Amino acid sequence: MKTTIAALLSGIIFGLGLAISEMINPARVLGFLDVTGQWDITLLLVMGSALLFTLIGFPLITRKAHPILAEKFTLPSKTSLDMPLLSGAVLFGIGWGLAGLCPGPAIAGLASADPSIALFVAAMIAGQFIGIRLERKLT
Amino acid sequence: MIEPNVAGGLIGGSLIGIASLMMLLLLGRITGISGILTGVITWNKADGLPWRAAFIGGLILGAILYQVVFGRPLPIQMQASGPLLMVAGLLVGIGTRLGSGCTSGHGVCGIARRSPRSIASTATFMGVAIATVYVTRHLVS
Repeated sequence: MKTTIAALLSGIIFGLGLAISEMINPARVLGFLDVTGQWDITLLLVMGSALLFTLIGFPLITRKAHPILAEKFTLPSKTSLDMPLLSGAVLFGIGWGLAGLCPGPAIAGLASADPSIALFVAAMIAGQFIGIRLERKLT
Repeated sequence: MIEPNVAGGLIGGSLIGIASLMMLLLLGRITGISGILTGVITWNKADGLPWRAAFIGGLILGAILYQVVFGRPLPIQMQASGPLLMVAGLLVGIGTRLGSGCTSGHGVCGIARRSPRSIASTATFMGVAIATVYVTRHLVS
């Protein structure tokens, strides 16, 4: 129960951050990616300020024996660069560049009740199911 | 250059960073939104379905809260539509699954963990996205 409430609160703060920073806006995101056009630095400011917190905070937190509400930290253990990682990043990059939406802003954007965002999210969910099948074939 | 949203960017980015710190400090989890979503859509009860569903619901609630607090609609200007938007969604879904993460998990959290995989992933998807926008905005149209 406590973990559910903690995750809900974190999600609300994250979603509010996406809206206030305008990262929920595909025009802002594509404006940043359009480096040879009328470049928009906002995404860099968002990522920089988020990283300021995580770069300093993460090492301090993982030094603890365990998180406050769980018995242990659940962190990714892989360290090698492999084909699924890089080919996945390429496909994600193309999709991100086409629409200006990545998973967080797309999900938060559902709050606008814009049917085109719902269409994107539905396609993204279908894509994840395809990705799960591909993962099984590759490994 | 387009007028940047400096205050919104810095405040919103800080909130994103703080939310990611909370997830690690309280639950011991990385805030990787594509991965959290996978757990929900596959209804994986063995791996923390309640907190995952709560976080996803929270994202939407946060965006609703923005509209209530500021009394204005969300700043969303869609740039793609119809079939192109569906193709983009499919690619984002496949790519984030195959590549084990997206802008939040790799970009904000993975880089903070100094993970070589996350640094390589972020550099790759950002570079490819920049190239994609160059092609669609300056070569094709």
